[in-house]
Amino acid sequence: MQQVARLERAGEVVRLSGPLTLAQLGNLPRRLDAAVKAGTHIDLSGVERMDTVGAWIVHRLVRDRGAAVVGADERSASLLAQVAQADKPVRVRPERPGGLIRLLGEVGDATATAGRTMLGLVGFFGALMLSVGRVIRHPRRLRLNAVVQRFEVVGVRALGIIGLMSFLIGIVIAQQGAVQLRQFGAEVFTINLVGRITLRELGVLMTAIMVAGRSGSAFAAQIGSMKLAEEVDAMRTIGVSPMEALVLPRFLATVLMMPLLAAYASVVAIIGGGLLSWIALDIPPVTFVQRLREVVPITDLWVGLVKAPVFGAIIALAGCFQGMQVEANAEEVGLRTTAAVVQAIFLVIVIDAFFAVFFTEIGWN
Amino acid sequence: MADDLDELGDLEHGEALEEVPDPDGDVVIRVRGLKNQFGEQVVHEGLNLDVRRGEILGVVGGSGTGKSVLMRSIIGLQQPTAGEVSVFGAPMVGRSEEEARGVRRSWGILFQGGALFSTLTVAENVQVPLREFYPRMGQKLLDEISGYKLVMSGLDPSAGEKYPNELSGGMKKRAGLARALALDPDLLFLDEPTAGLDPIGAAAFDELTRGLKERLGLTVFLITHDLDTLYAICDRVAVLADKKVIAVGTIDELLRVDNAWIQEYFTGPRGRAAEHSAEQAHQEQAA
Ligand SMILES: Nc1ncnc2c1ncn2[C@@H]1O[C@H](COP(=O)(O)OP(=O)(O)OP(=O)(O)O)[C@@H](O)[C@H]1O
Ligand SMILES: [Mg+2]
Repeated sequence: MQQVARLERAGEVVRLSGPLTLAQLGNLPRRLDAAVKAGTHIDLSGVERMDTVGAWIVHRLVRDRGAAVVGADERSASLLAQVAQADKPVRVRPERPGGLIRLLGEVGDATATAGRTMLGLVGFFGALMLSVGRVIRHPRRLRLNAVVQRFEVVGVRALGIIGLMSFLIGIVIAQQGAVQLRQFGAEVFTINLVGRITLRELGVLMTAIMVAGRSGSAFAAQIGSMKLAEEVDAMRTIGVSPMEALVLPRFLATVLMMPLLAAYASVVAIIGGGLLSWIALDIPPVTFVQRLREVVPITDLWVGLVKAPVFGAIIALAGCFQGMQVEANAEEVGLRTTAAVVQAIFLVIVIDAFFAVFFTEIGWN
Repeated sequence: MADDLDELGDLEHGEALEEVPDPDGDVVIRVRGLKNQFGEQVVHEGLNLDVRRGEILGVVGGSGTGKSVLMRSIIGLQQPTAGEVSVFGAPMVGRSEEEARGVRRSWGILFQGGALFSTLTVAENVQVPLREFYPRMGQKLLDEISGYKLVMSGLDPSAGEKYPNELSGGMKKRAGLARALALDPDLLFLDEPTAGLDPIGAAAFDELTRGLKERLGLTVFLITHDLDTLYAICDRVAVLADKKVIAVGTIDELLRVDNAWIQEYFTGPRGRAAEHSAEQAHQEQAA
C-alpha cells in the first residue's frame, strides 16, 4: 500500500496528515484549494514528511487566502520559512506580443533577416578575400594541413556516392532519351543528349547539390558548434584568425575539389549512358565513343569546368557564413545548417541560369 | 476560482508510485570493484565506495583522477568495464525501465558544465523534470515551483526568463542546481557546484545544501575542490587517487592517514586557511 497525503475538514480547521511530498501529493492541491478560505486553520500536526513542494502548497494558501498554519513542527516551520523567503515574482519566459502585431513583426523580421543575410554574405566574401590577400603576401600562413585534410573529406570521400549517383543519372537520361528519340527513328542522337547534357549541366549541377548536402551542411554544423562552445572566440583571443583557420581551408578545398568531382561525375554519367546504349540500343562502345567525339564540342567540357569552382565557392561561403552566424543555442545550429544547404542550392541554380545565358552569348553552344 | 483550480492541475500520475526498494538500509550508493577504462587508459580499478543515507559525502582528488567519471558510472551514463554499482539497493545495470524511472525520480544531478537545455529559458529548464514525472501538473503551479526553486538556488528573479546563453558561468551553475532540486530528490549529485561562484555565493550554497539535508534528509554526493565547502558541510570525505578511493572518513580521520597527497591537501596553505575559518565559524556559532 502506498501512502498518500490526506485531508480532513472539521469546521474552520483543515487537518493534513501523511507525507506531504511531491510524489505523494496526488490531487491534494486542488482539494486544499477548494477547502481553504480566509481564516481557515491548516493543521500540520499529522504530517509525517514534508518537502519544499508540500511547503509551497501550504505557503501559497497562507499567502493568497490568508489561512493560518498551526501544529507545524520545527522542520516544517523552517521549510515554510525557507519557501516564503524564496517567494519572489519570477517570469518564466520573455513576453511576446500576440496576434496581428506578432504577425507583422515576424514578416518584418523575415524581410530584414533576408536582406541582412545577403549583405552579410557579401561582407563575408569580402572578409574572406582580404584574408586570401594576407595569405598570398605571407604564404606561410596558409594552413596546408587543414586544406589537404579538407581535400579528403570534401573530395575523396565523396567519390563513392557521387559516382553512384552520376552513373544512375547517365542511365536514366539515356533510357528516357532513347524512348523519345526512337519515335523519330533517331535513337543514335541519344549519344548527343547524354554527352552534352552531362558535361554542360547535369554533371556539375548534381555534384554541386551533393556537395552542398554533404559538405556545406557539415561546414555550417562544425563551425556553428565551435561558436557555441566559444572555441571561435578562444581562437580570436589567441590571435588565430577564424577566417584563416576555419573558413579558408574549407573554401579552398571546395573550390579546388568541385571541378575534379564535376569532371568525374560527367565521365561516370557518360559511362552509364554508354552502358545503357550498348545493352538497350545495341550501340557498341567503340561507336559510342567515336560519335561522342564527333558531336560533343570541347567547349562543353570547359563550360562545366568553369562553372564548377564558382559553385564550390558559393557552397563553401554559404556553409561557413551560416556557421559563423550561430549564436544562441543548439537549435540554431540546426536551422543554420538547413539554411546553408538551401541557400547554396538556390544560389547555385540562379548562377547557373546566368551562366547559360552568358555561354550562349559568347557562342559556346 | 474554477480557473484557479484548472491552473493548479493534478499531481497524480499515470503510473503506480512504488517507494524505491531499499534492502541495503543505510547505504544509498554502493560501488564494488569498479573498473573504468578508456582505450589504454585505466581510470578506475578495484574502486569501492559506500554513501550512507542522509550524509553529505565530499569526493576529492586531483584533476583528472576520475571524479566526474565515477559520478557518471554511478548514475549509469558510463558503462563500467567491470564491477558493480547499486543505487537505492538496486543494481544500475540490468534494471527494468520502470525501476530506473523510479530511481531517476528520486535523484537530482548537477553536471560540471551545467548542461542546461539551450533552447529553453532557465525557468523552463527547471520545469522539465516536473513535466516529465507529473504531466498533469498545471502551468501555474509549475511556474510557481520553478520560481521559488530558482530564488532558493540563489538566482535573481529576473533570470527566470533568460536563456542559458544569456547567463554568466556562476548563474548557469545555480540554474543547474535549481533543476537538480526540481523534484525534491532524496539523492543529489553535485559536480563542483561552487566552482565559478563568488565566495559569498559559495557560502550561501553551502548553507542551502546543509539546510536541505537537515530539513529533507537529503543524501549528497559532492565532488569539489573547495576546501571551505569540505570543512563547512561534508560529513565524510572520500579521497580518489591511484585509480581507487584510498581513504574515506571525516576530515579529522583523514588527517591521521599516512599519505603524502592527503597530508599535502589538508595541511597545505589553503587547507590550513580553510580549517582556520571553519574553526572560527564554529566558535561564533557556539558563542
Ligand atoms: N569520454 C572519455 N574518453 C576518454 N577519456 C576520458 C573520457 N572521459 C574522461 N576521460 C579521462 O578520464 C580521466 C578522468 O576524467 P574526469 O573527468 O573524471 O576527471 P575529474 O577527476 O572529474 O577531473 P576535474 O577535477 O578536472 O573535473 C581523465 O584522464 C580523462 O582524460
Ligand atoms: Mg570533473
